[in-house]
Amino acid sequence: MANNQKVNIDYDKIAEMESFKKLTKKKNSFLWTMTVIFLAAYMLLPVLTSYTQILHQKAVGEITFVWFYAAGLFIMTWGLAHLYVGKANSYDKDAKAIIEEYERGVGK
Amino acid sequence: MSVTAIIMFVAIVGLTLVITWWASKRTSTASDFYTAGGGLKGWQNGLAISGDYLSAASFLGIAGSIALTGFDGFFFSIGYLVAYLVVLYIVAEPLRNLGRFTLADIISARFDAKKVRGTAALSTIVIVLFYMIAQLVGAGALIQLLLGIDYWVAVLLVGTMMTIYVLFGGMTATSWVQIIKACLLMLGTVIISFLVLAKFNFNILTMFSHMTTATDAGAAYLNPGLKYTNGIDTISMLIALVLGTAGLPHILMRFFTVKDAQTARSSVIWATWIVGLFYVLTIFLGFGAAAFVGKETIVAANAAGNMAAPLLAQALGGDILFSFVCAVAFATILAVVAGLVLSGASALSHDIYGEIIKKGKVTEKEQVLAARTGSIIISVVSILLALGAQTLNVAFLVSLAFCIAASSNLPVIIYTIYWKRFNTTGAVAAMLTGLISALVLVAVSPNVWNPEAGKAIFVGEPLIFLTNPALISVPLGFIGGWLGTILSKESNAAKYREVEVKAQTGISVQDVSH
Repeated sequence: MANNQKVNIDYDKIAEMESFKKLTKKKNSFLWTMTVIFLAAYMLLPVLTSYTQILHQKAVGEITFVWFYAAGLFIMTWGLAHLYVGKANSYDKDAKAIIEEYERGVGK
Repeated sequence: MSVTAIIMFVAIVGLTLVITWWASKRTSTASDFYTAGGGLKGWQNGLAISGDYLSAASFLGIAGSIALTGFDGFFFSIGYLVAYLVVLYIVAEPLRNLGRFTLADIISARFDAKKVRGTAALSTIVIVLFYMIAQLVGAGALIQLLLGIDYWVAVLLVGTMMTIYVLFGGMTATSWVQIIKACLLMLGTVIISFLVLAKFNFNILTMFSHMTTATDAGAAYLNPGLKYTNGIDTISMLIALVLGTAGLPHILMRFFTVKDAQTARSSVIWATWIVGLFYVLTIFLGFGAAAFVGKETIVAANAAGNMAAPLLAQALGGDILFSFVCAVAFATILAVVAGLVLSGASALSHDIYGEIIKKGKVTEKEQVLAARTGSIIISVVSILLALGAQTLNVAFLVSLAFCIAASSNLPVIIYTIYWKRFNTTGAVAAMLTGLISALVLVAVSPNVWNPEAGKAIFVGEPLIFLTNPALISVPLGFIGGWLGTILSKESNAAKYREVEVKAQTGISVQDVSH
């Protein structure tokens, strides 16, 4: 703990607040669900290309499906990056509310 | 060596030195030195992250891999990009909320023990050195080829430049060198891609159908399997690519250069778009080189294919574009090694000297002096190692750095932020298991051992067939941390609550106005 802090924040108190628990749960379940999904989508690519021939077939002209799968992963990355920002902005509001609730609680 | 090329090289060197001179006047505190005072804007840091990330291995290496092995080369582009989601979703914001200068700061936010900080610093330095040797060896070979100077002169040239940037301009100079390099690299890549597309009348279908006959691989060129024929090995390599980024010290360090988590977030978005567009364009670089330069010419210039992009520029845009692309490659290397020196120096000077040896009792002046000394030490050591490592394969060194980052740093970062039960023993165990298993497994891998003389460092049978051991070493890092934790009784649940609150809300003293 840094000893130059003028004000000590009671972290235990915040951690025990219902609103904080709710935010953490909501945030973590979103983040980890999405992480599992995008990692699965990504790891499926080498599995499919190494053990099946599905993606080796021609899709449009000479372009095979593997390029479309790759393009899908690129679009997924950009899409999820923006989804994250949208979500994170709403979590910021929750976090701000929690800090305000805490300040009221300590009798500011 | 043409006059145009000399002018462009001199212009790059001159411009970066002016930036360094300008930045040196703004670098007086340790915070200025390591994090540019935390004052970068989202787009600036986004460009700098891109500049830090798109190394010579990306620009020269991937273009060459795609040119020589078709889709198999493109695996790197996909992995390096999706890796940004791991950074964004799991590590970026909590790190920004917890850390100050280094990775060790974050872990020490929870475990205030010397052994934890020391292990984290050690892992950072090992990763930085491997990554840096890769860049310096690549730089030496490239500049040797372009300017016709000796390898050791080339390494010394790059080494001196990077030391000057960091020594005098710290993070401010490093960031702006990276920003300018990112812009130049995108410009060069867009120009070449445009010229390649123009050759195919701007029709992607024509390009793909041309590629089925352009190389000796025929239609197989457009499908995976030319190079990576073993499924498990391919999967293992892709794990290292996607998880390694979130543990790379020089990338993580960039999140401390912005003022808050929101800015960290917006800088990752910028980086994701820039890096993503770049990786899309690697297709045109690779295909173009295969079609208009040809495999034989590419391999004749460099067996690993590293000269594919510059040669393509020459074929399409003549001497001027060739010189420009070579200068861009030079700037690319400079920007990346400067970032690496800085993160290595921060581990050495801030963690080991400032926090462990001096127990945090250092004045501002001593900190800056230590940071500069640390930069010189890291630079000199990596230059010496690079001089002796001329024959090592660059791509192997980079993938090794990613593997160590994924095995040693990522498990401990995730546990620190998300696991309440995690403790000091677990933290040390996670880092050491990941680090040691990655190093040992690589030492017995086909990269090091090959029955045929000249194909690897030693002649003999490798003990494992994986060229990249991430598939084994990353789970080992996680298991090591888990075992270390449950086998020791110690618990720091109270400290975890503080870390959790800080990581989730970004609360700090400033936010609470009493």
